[in-house]
This record gives sequence, structure tokens and C-alpha cells, in this order.
Amino acid sequence: MTEAKPLPGVLSIAVRLFVKLGVLPFFLLISVVVFAMLSPNFLSLQNLMNVARQSVYLVLVSLGQMLVLISGGFDLSVGTVIALSSVISALVMVWASSVFPDAVWLVILLGALAGFGVALIVGAINGIGVAVFEVSPFIMTLGVSSVGTGLALFLTGGVPVSGLPFAFADTFGFGRILGTPVPVVIALIAIVGMWLFMARTRAGAGVYAVGGNIKAAHLSAINTRQVLILVYAICALFAALTGLLLTARVESGEANLGGTIAMESIAACVIAGVSLRGGIGRVENVMLGAFFIILMQNGMNLAQISSYMQMVLIGILLVLAVIFDQLRYRLIVRG
Amino acid sequence: MTTPHPLLVTRGLTKAWPGVLALNAVDFDLHAGELHVLFGENGAGKSTMISLLAGANTPTSGEIIMNGEGVSLTSVADAQERGIYTVFQEFSLIPTMTVAQNMFLGREPGPGPFLSPGEMRRRARAVLSELGFAIAPDTVVARLSRAQQQMVEIAKAVQGGGLSVLILDEPTASLTDREVDQLFAVIARLKSEGVGIIYISHRVHEFSRIAERVTVLRDGTKIGTEAMAGMTEERLVDMMAGREIRNIYPDIPHNPGEILLEAGGIEAPGVHGASVTVRRGEILGVAGLVGSGKSRLFRAIMGLAPLRAGKVRFKGQDMTGAPTRAMVKAGAWYLSPDRKHEGLILAERPFENLRMDLMLEGGPLLNLRRLRERAARIFGHVELPESYRSRPVAKLSGGNQQKVLFGKAFGHDADLYIFDEPSVGVDMGTRAALYKLIAELALKGKAVILISSDLHEVMNLAHRGIVLANGRITAELTREELTEDTILRNFFDRAQPQPEPQGALA
Repeated sequence: MTEAKPLPGVLSIAVRLFVKLGVLPFFLLISVVVFAMLSPNFLSLQNLMNVARQSVYLVLVSLGQMLVLISGGFDLSVGTVIALSSVISALVMVWASSVFPDAVWLVILLGALAGFGVALIVGAINGIGVAVFEVSPFIMTLGVSSVGTGLALFLTGGVPVSGLPFAFADTFGFGRILGTPVPVVIALIAIVGMWLFMARTRAGAGVYAVGGNIKAAHLSAINTRQVLILVYAICALFAALTGLLLTARVESGEANLGGTIAMESIAACVIAGVSLRGGIGRVENVMLGAFFIILMQNGMNLAQISSYMQMVLIGILLVLAVIFDQLRYRLIVRG
Repeated sequence: MTTPHPLLVTRGLTKAWPGVLALNAVDFDLHAGELHVLFGENGAGKSTMISLLAGANTPTSGEIIMNGEGVSLTSVADAQERGIYTVFQEFSLIPTMTVAQNMFLGREPGPGPFLSPGEMRRRARAVLSELGFAIAPDTVVARLSRAQQQMVEIAKAVQGGGLSVLILDEPTASLTDREVDQLFAVIARLKSEGVGIIYISHRVHEFSRIAERVTVLRDGTKIGTEAMAGMTEERLVDMMAGREIRNIYPDIPHNPGEILLEAGGIEAPGVHGASVTVRRGEILGVAGLVGSGKSRLFRAIMGLAPLRAGKVRFKGQDMTGAPTRAMVKAGAWYLSPDRKHEGLILAERPFENLRMDLMLEGGPLLNLRRLRERAARIFGHVELPESYRSRPVAKLSGGNQQKVLFGKAFGHDADLYIFDEPSVGVDMGTRAALYKLIAELALKGKAVILISSDLHEVMNLAHRGIVLANGRITAELTREELTEDTILRNFFDRAQPQPEPQGALA
């Protein structure tokens, strides 16, 4: 089954690194070398900063996706939540501006609350479907995603909602704190918060337990339903946060935001070593995984690879990552 | 019984995993019509040995010789083609398919790509009746008891006609004594037809009835091969452990205290009106056939199965129909017999497995340093060797996995411990350690319920016993009455007709 002879040094180190961290270090190394050779600008500080700024959105969604994956499910509706929260928050801001024309921050607050509120509803529906009615996460989130997209398009008629307060875009789309773009600051806070949640709280340990073996968790007095609902709700909230930041960036509420992000976020997680079987995954790796996907897209843009071919490559990468995930699980469990 | 060529011979059979020598130059031989036992503690190399003979793994070095001819077994299918068939502890049956479909899986009779179900059923019935199995070929496998599923596995092995070596891995682990007798009758029949049988078991008192020879393994090395005639259990255990474990059952004084659990008139799937009481400081043994309801009664009390009627009082409080979580929080702990599916997170290390049990108390934030200290104390207490604590539990032997599971139990300072088959697939040395832990709980004034298919375990550890049959309690026995004879006599519910083979849901 596995190799019979002891492996030579380098290969055995590579295997051990692979078991510990997954494919990501290898993918990162290969892509950096290839793109650096293809394009001299790739490794410039300015380009890397650019990649960091662009990757904020995927990082945020991937953090939520990671939580759901670790619990043993996945969430295909993150893109829908982005669109829905974008449209709803924009509609509420436009409405509130007409009621309280002078209270800009109140308007923004109401809009944001509406965006998060709708996300919480969607997340709770996903969670209750999966936890209480035991619908498979695939069908549950696929169905919900159709419902959400339909609603977002219905509410706007497919037309972007404009007329948002200027302060909203100025602050959350293009603002800077100490020279760092606001979205980057928010993402950093989210990463640290998520790391603390997963590593240092009972709820986080509960998520690992439920994903690792839900029956064992049940026997250990963990409220497995509550954990599952929580996980889908948090995932939706992260998607809504992304939706709000994107809305600020494009300065309008749009129903077509977040189109491909479900797949990209799953790819980012799996490449970062989050197991599709649940129970395994680390925040810091997921951040790198999302960064890697954006880095790939950036590198391919610089190398002038067409966006259609980029879709092909990302898809291949996802499938490869899953294959490596299977290999890795086999190495962990059977050795 | 000697033939010119032994059926199967291994010379210097060796298997090395990265960093571990699982099997070290083992010479072994098996004659036609012989039952040869592989004996040893968990991790001694028995499983590795059969995985090589079954074709599931390939040896690092050494050779396998069948009928005087060297062979290399490249896959399980390859081994089966050569007449070596293995019945693993985890069955290779498809639960949603019928007995006949399973027996002919991949070898379905019929013209070209088409099936002929009638032919298949007829041939399945012929094989089953030849083996003396009372199972209808159209029964869906999921509806069969474990014992019956094992029979289907054996029927599947016999079905092709070319069976020459049958490997049985802990075949009696979850069988009742009557089912063991049935299995042994089939084994005797196969032996008389010249089939050689390699048999892995810890239960000396069982296999001493049917074995010709026994080979003892320890740490991947063969200690010796001896004739079973004149062999004693003590000598085998000494060979296996390399030290003397004479009496693995501790003596536990009986100081019954207040009533802790009181369940009356419990109705649940497979349980009909059972009542049971347990006091602090006592061990209640629970015996019964597979499917007798002995496990289901307590699963229903713990909220793991629907409770249709009846009352549950725990620590003086009404806990009827309480969810598992509430029972655990109130101080009851259920140790599942199914380590892999209900007990452990296989891909995680022992600490991560224990963590979920240690965090019941305290605020929302984890104090990792304190959790690690407590985990280290608990793993020390259950004697999980230090070197195994940093590996995923999937890589531990059955005995050490069970120690992790016991560690989870000790992670809760519960008052009532329900141990469901606590020593299933566990070696002698570990069993002694686990029994000591169970005794300690009783001494500390906890109540212990010990559900077991191993009669000796119930007889030697329990202060009182109950026996179940057909979902009813057929006997309540005192320590003095807990003998093999009385327990067995109550395995059948005389008020009821005997269960139909298909009716006995596992």
C-alpha cells in the first residue's frame, strides 16, 4: 500500500511536512517560482501589497467556510449571502438616507445591521436544516443559495442600488488607518478573532469535536445541534461582512457580487489543509490558502493568461487539492 | 495430521512500517484440516500477519508458500482467487443488499452482463443450508445480527468452492455462547473438508475446544508454536505477556449505598418493560444475547434511543426522556462499545479526544495549560504510555484506544458509569488495567453498570447481575448466583417463543 523501503532524507521530510501542513507549502513554492520567472513585477513589494488588499474578501469568506468545513459540512450559499447582504444593506441605506438625511453614521449602521440581520437568518436556516432536519449540507445550502439569489434579483430587478452615503465608500471601501487599508485591518482583526475562537474557546473546541466524530461529541455532552447552527450562522456573518465591504468598494448594492466565491473559498480551505471530512483545519493556514488563490489569479493576470483559462486552472487546483487531502488523511489514519 | 506439503507456509515473513517493525521474520505453517490460533496482545503483530496473508498488504521481506509453491499476494482479490479468504472484524458486507446479493458480489451468476436472481437465490440457499445457517437469502443484511452477518461472510467464502485457507479475526468477539457453538460446528465441518483455518482470538477457553496448534506472537516476533493438547491458559498468557498475569480480575468489596439510578417499566425499541436499580458503590453486571436489549435498555435511559414509556429517576430527580447531554451533565456516563464510530476522533491525538470531555466546566474560554495538565494526569491514571500520546488515535492498538476512551470517562467526574462492552477486542494486559479502573470507581462510591457479552467478565466483576432476553429482564442474580450456568439458563425468555433468526435485530 505505502512504500516498503524507508524513504531517502529529502522525500521523507517532504512527506512529513505534507502530513503536517497539507499541500499548501508545495503549491505556494511552485507558484511563486513559476510566476516570478514569468513576470518580473510579480515579486515587487507593491504587487504583493496589492494581492494582500485584494485577498481580504476571500480571506473573510474562507474563515467562515473553514468553520463549516471543520464541522463536517460545507456552505455553497456564501456567494448568495454576499449578494443578499449587499442589496439589502444598500436598500436600507437609501431608505434611511431619506428619513434621516443628516445622520450619516446612523444610516450606515442601519444598513450594516440589515445586512448582518439577513445573513443571520440565512445562516440559521442553513444550520437548522442541517442540524435539526439532517438535510445534507450540499442540498441545504444549494437550495438556500437559489432562494437568496432569486430574492436579491427580485428586490433590485437586477439593477445596482446606488445613492449610498459617501462616507460609507470613503471609509470601508477606500479608507486607511495608519496607512493600512480599512478592509485589511478588518480582515486582520477577523483572523485574530477567529484564531482565538478556534484555539481558545469551548465553542471552537466543540466545532472540532463535532466534525471529528459527531456521535462521540454527542456522548460527551456537547450540544451538537447548537454547534452546527452556530457554525452556519457565523459563516453567513463573515459572508455578510464581505458583502458590506464589497458594497463599499463598488459604491452600490449589487445582486451579482460573490458569484464564484463559494468554490474559491472551499478551494482555499482545502488547499490549506482543512479536511472535507471535518475535524481538521487551522486558521493561519486558511488565511494563507485564500492569499494563495488570489496570488495565483494575480500571477496569471500578470502572465496574461485569459480569465477563462484561469477558471480552468482554479478548478484543476481544487480537484488536485482534494486528491491530496485524501492522501493525507490516509497517511494520518493508516500510516 | 500431516500431509506432504503444508497448505500454507511463511518463511521469515517481515513487515516494516516507517519507524516500526510490525512483524519480524515469522515462520509459520498451516496444515489442511487444521485450526491454528494466532495468539498475542494487541500490537503483537497478529493483525499485520493476517493482512499479509489476506493480500491487504505486501511483506517487506520473507516469503509465503502455498502447497509448496512460492506466491506473492498482490491484493485481497488475488488472495481469494488462490483460496485464501479472510473474515475481518469489520465485515465486507453491503448492508443495503440481500444475503444472496452479498454472497455473489462481483461473481454474480447469469448470462453475460445480465443477472439471474433466481439462480443466485437457489445457489445461496444451497450453500447456506449446507453450512446449517437458518438465514433466508432474500434478507437484507442490515436486518441481521452481527452473528448472522458473520455467517454470511463465511458463506461468501465457501460459496466459490475453492476455499482452502480461512482466516477468522476475533470471530467470537460479539457472539453469544450459543452462537459460538454454531460457529464452531461450521468450523468443524470446514476442517473435515480439508480447509485450513487461521484463527485469531484472546479467548483461550473457547478456542482450546477446537484448535490443533497455537502460535504466540509478542512485539512482532514469534515466541513459539505449540500443540493445543495439554496447553494451559496460564502458560499461554505467560508466553504472550512475557510476565505472569495470573488473575486479571480484582477483588471488589461490595458496599452498596443510596440508590442512584432507578428506571421502571422502560419501553424502547427492542426493550419491553424492563426495570432496573443501581446503588452507589456497586457494580451491576448485565448479560444477554446480542439483540437481547441489554445495550438498548441503557441507551434508552441515556437518551440515545427513543423512550416510549417508563420512568427514569437519577439522583432523586426525574430524568425521564432527558437528552443525552442532560444525563451526562447530571453525572451519568456511557462508554460506547463502538470505539471507531461513537467513541473517538480517529485522526486526532488523545489530547484532542479528551479535550471535549474536560471542558464541560469553566467559562467560555479554554485554559489550555490546565487542560493539558489534567489530560496528562488522566492518561497517567489509565496507563496510556507517554510515547503514544502524540499520535493520532487511529495509529494506536485497540487496547490503547480503549485506554483513551476510558480516559474520556475519567474526564467527567460522573457518579454513574455505564460500560458497554468495555473490553471488546482488548488484550489481556490492558483488560487487567481496565478492570482495576472499574474496581476503583466502585470503591470510590460510584455506581457502575457493566454490560458485557463476556460471561467471565460479568461473573468476576459484578456484585449483582441481571440477564435480558427479548427485551425483558429474565433474571436478577446475586453475586453467589452469578454462575455460567444460571446466566445461560436465562438467556432465553421462556414466556416467548424463541426468536426467529431474521427477527433478531442487532
